[in-house]
Amino acid sequence: MPRSPMAAPRSFLWSRRVVLTLLTGFVLLPVYVMVSSSLKPLEDVSEKFRWLPSGLTIRPYIDIWDTVPLAKYFVNSLVVAGAATVCSVVVAVFAAYAVSRYRFRGKRVFTVTVLSTQMFPGILFLLPLFLLYVNIGNATGIALFGSRGGLVLTYLTFSLPFSIWMLVGYFESVPRDLDEAAMVDGCGPLGALFRVVVPAAVPGIVAVAVYAFMTAWGEVLFASVMTNDTTRTLAVGLQGYATQNDVYWNQIMAASLVVSVPVVAGFLLLQRYLVAGLTAGAVK
Amino acid sequence: MRTFRAAACAATAASLLAATTACGGGSPTGGGGSNDKPETLTYWASNQGPNLEADKKILTPELKKFEKRTGIKVELEVIPWSDLLNRIVTATTSGQGPDVLNIGNTWSASLQATGALMPWDDKAFEKVGGRDRFVESALGSTGATGSDPAAVPLYSMAYALYYNKKMFADAGIDGPPATWDELVADGKKLSRDGKWALGAEGSNLSNNIHQVFVLGKQHGADFFDSRGEPDFTSDGAVAAVKSYVDLMAEAKIIAPGNSEYAQNQSLGDFAKNKTAMVLWQAAASTFESQGMKEDEWGVAPVPVRSGAPGPGTSVNSMVAGINMAVFQNTDNLDGAVKFVEFMTSDEEQKILCSAFGSIPPVKSAQRDPAFDRPELEVLRKTLAESAAPLPQVPDESQFETTVGTAVKNLFAAAATGREVTTETVRAELVEAEQQMTKQ
Amino acid sequence: MTTTAAPAGGKRTLRKDTPGAARGPRRRPGRLRRAGLPYLLLLPALALEILVHLVPIVTGIAMSFKQLTQFYLRDWGAAPWSGLDNYELAVDFDAPVGAALLQSFFVTCAFTVLSVGLCWLIGTAAAVYMQETFAGRGILRALFLVPYALPVYTAVITWVFMFQRDNGLVNHVLHEQLGLTDGHPFWLLGGNSFVALLTVSVWKGWPFAFLFIMAGLQNIPKELYEAASLDGAGMWQQVRRITLPSLRPVNQVLVLVLFLWTFNDFNMPFVMFGEAAPEAANLISVHIYQSSFVTWNFGTGSAMSVLLLLFLLLVTGLYLLFTSRERKAAHA
Repeated sequence: MPRSPMAAPRSFLWSRRVVLTLLTGFVLLPVYVMVSSSLKPLEDVSEKFRWLPSGLTIRPYIDIWDTVPLAKYFVNSLVVAGAATVCSVVVAVFAAYAVSRYRFRGKRVFTVTVLSTQMFPGILFLLPLFLLYVNIGNATGIALFGSRGGLVLTYLTFSLPFSIWMLVGYFESVPRDLDEAAMVDGCGPLGALFRVVVPAAVPGIVAVAVYAFMTAWGEVLFASVMTNDTTRTLAVGLQGYATQNDVYWNQIMAASLVVSVPVVAGFLLLQRYLVAGLTAGAVK
Repeated sequence: MRTFRAAACAATAASLLAATTACGGGSPTGGGGSNDKPETLTYWASNQGPNLEADKKILTPELKKFEKRTGIKVELEVIPWSDLLNRIVTATTSGQGPDVLNIGNTWSASLQATGALMPWDDKAFEKVGGRDRFVESALGSTGATGSDPAAVPLYSMAYALYYNKKMFADAGIDGPPATWDELVADGKKLSRDGKWALGAEGSNLSNNIHQVFVLGKQHGADFFDSRGEPDFTSDGAVAAVKSYVDLMAEAKIIAPGNSEYAQNQSLGDFAKNKTAMVLWQAAASTFESQGMKEDEWGVAPVPVRSGAPGPGTSVNSMVAGINMAVFQNTDNLDGAVKFVEFMTSDEEQKILCSAFGSIPPVKSAQRDPAFDRPELEVLRKTLAESAAPLPQVPDESQFETTVGTAVKNLFAAAATGREVTTETVRAELVEAEQQMTKQ
Repeated sequence: MTTTAAPAGGKRTLRKDTPGAARGPRRRPGRLRRAGLPYLLLLPALALEILVHLVPIVTGIAMSFKQLTQFYLRDWGAAPWSGLDNYELAVDFDAPVGAALLQSFFVTCAFTVLSVGLCWLIGTAAAVYMQETFAGRGILRALFLVPYALPVYTAVITWVFMFQRDNGLVNHVLHEQLGLTDGHPFWLLGGNSFVALLTVSVWKGWPFAFLFIMAGLQNIPKELYEAASLDGAGMWQQVRRITLPSLRPVNQVLVLVLFLWTFNDFNMPFVMFGEAAPEAANLISVHIYQSSFVTWNFGTGSAMSVLLLLFLLLVTGLYLLFTSRERKAAHA
């Protein structure tokens, strides 16, 4: 959108051109390496770097499925990240609604505590969390450790603080008159939430969902300890390409691309919402 | 101020929680195992073949065979090395682990100290055919001396010198070196035109440990004293570490780039005729998968300082290998022992060791003609005559980390042209030793 | 499964409350003081936070007072209490363990400051330059977000591939194509590893700053610019007098969030260097991992983590105190 009626001076235009070009190069370089290496034969990637492949091959894209059970890991990641996202959004919407619309005792303690969890070093609670899941499993028979469920629970909580905080901001930008009008029409507070606030906050909710999904999709530490053969996610599974024999860089790059494409594509499709969500939510 | 009050409230709430959870800590991991679930077993296998899937393909038919014979269904999980120790640690802490598992034999004493593994007393050994079935050196890597082994040897390996026949011929060298001096002399002839004499994995901590441990033996140094206390800074240990790093720093027969290798890149270089020698354990299948033909490489014992390989200061390999352990709180104790018996039977040893390119630690299986290849002949002889187990102390994994890192740092220094002197080596080792926490 | 229990609980509250609400319109929702409802709404979030964050963290703190080595792993409740021993070991900076921790702490501080600073700087520059429409702006914006969207491990793996000494792109360009270096420097070993880690961190992190600031820019009222340009302020002056000051509250949040995420980040250094990071890039989270998981001393590792947590609490507290005071002063 045009910001001012004044034409930008030349110095501004030039520096813009330079800075943005450099940035484009910086951003694209690894992307180019990823794409081109994934199409190279193995000799090319285990020898001196070359900008252009000596020959193009789609072999890596065929081989990746056999070297490690990529499809299985993919499904696991999708299930875990998907479920964590949905749950995280639902839980965050409830919590954010409470924080933004009500005054209650302990509100401040709640927000401060939730936000302070962002400071917790993952290492400190990896082993305790694992113990807790096992103890819950022993006591109730609910398998949390090693199951996708346990991982979903963990990841959903990881993204919760930032999500709640962002949604509180967003909900506060939704005029209270709207809730009120809905209440006049006979909705309860939750009716107002679902019929009025949530629809008005779609960009914020999408932003939160994207954040939750990416948190779950990229986590390595907890996944490496809490999953097993059947529940292993991509973050851990990709290590399988550095095998006993050799590092199949072309396959690693092909697999990296394959696992990145869905997230990147989804992210880019939703990026408009993301900016809008942040605009009204976090950065007011 | 309100923030602080809120934080104080949170802290109070947290400490209340502490009171409730601290009592419930730990896990109810009773004494020994039981036989509550006699039909199934969970087995964690280490990654022995080229990749996880290949291992599964090799093991699955054998497990089927076991099921047919005993009716016990084995759930297999092949765990990558990067995760294996963490998985075992968490399993130990929680008591929720497999029934049977593979461990690197160097971890035996460390894991034994946790009490998570079933001790193999004579009675237990009887059930798998008795101690005598196993090679002595392999049994030496199953736990602290003087206590019942924590595991049973499953696959054995030793280090050998693999060399590229054509590169040797081109440099006018008749045969593989038998001493380090010869290796350096040959190496100087081989290192030219962008090719290098020897490969190393400078950033691979375990590999560094394996090499300097053997050199330590050759310099009359152990890294632990008789009481199991770390002793990294003896003159022998310093000389041993220095002699290894000097292959790059002084003799310049290892490519500087090797100091960042940690994923077996040195084997790739060897297969591509870029380096003429590697010190490795059972590398045949890797060379094959990289397109190097069997007649292109030769194999010889790892060099010693002088004379021929043997015990004492002529040790030229660690006892490498995989052990099989039974998790203390298995719910299928009899089945687990039966499974170990099955896996260490002559028949399975032949099948599995041939598939993974290792040597059976079971004497009778070793005699099988399948293991008569020249490569395995060298490895077998080394294992029987001139291999020593890594220190069987609970601190072994710390030793690998601290000293392995010291060697890695020294390689990095050598590669970037910094001087590697006795003093710098000693300084690194002093630091490593100080980082060993007192138990 | 339990994972669905939380939201299901939430839905139950919905059903329970709807009939009550049907009784008729009430006062403004902002003042609504149906005491139970907010707590019910918070319940799932609270339960999860307690389960996954608070209880484990408290357990972790308890562990830091224990002598939790491999001998007690099986039943850590039975590990002897060791009082402050673990802490004394961790902060004894004359002894090697403490010295290593301190070194790692300083490396992490330097790394975090540089990474956050660069992410912020690049993000701000890009956002300000892209505030106005121009041809290709949409595409460029999408492109800039790609690093942020990529999973950490794929980004790091690709950079590691590029940073290899002998076969990597970086040395190929620096040495063979530009001739800037004598020979091939190492990027994953020694002092340069800090630069390598920083590069990856900035590459991956700046788009978040960009996104955040771009959102912040949208909230600046256009009238401000119009008024300024009527006053004859040029483009650069507008940026300096309107854009940057208006972004201050946004920056306050952004810098804090980036700081905490970067300081605590484990995934990136771990995927990049594994268990034994070079000294120059020995970030504290991996250092603590090494002190607990790799060397089997969970008590000491926990103590170090608690110290880290205290440090972050202190920094955050001071930061919030300082910035909010500044803000109040600005308002006054």
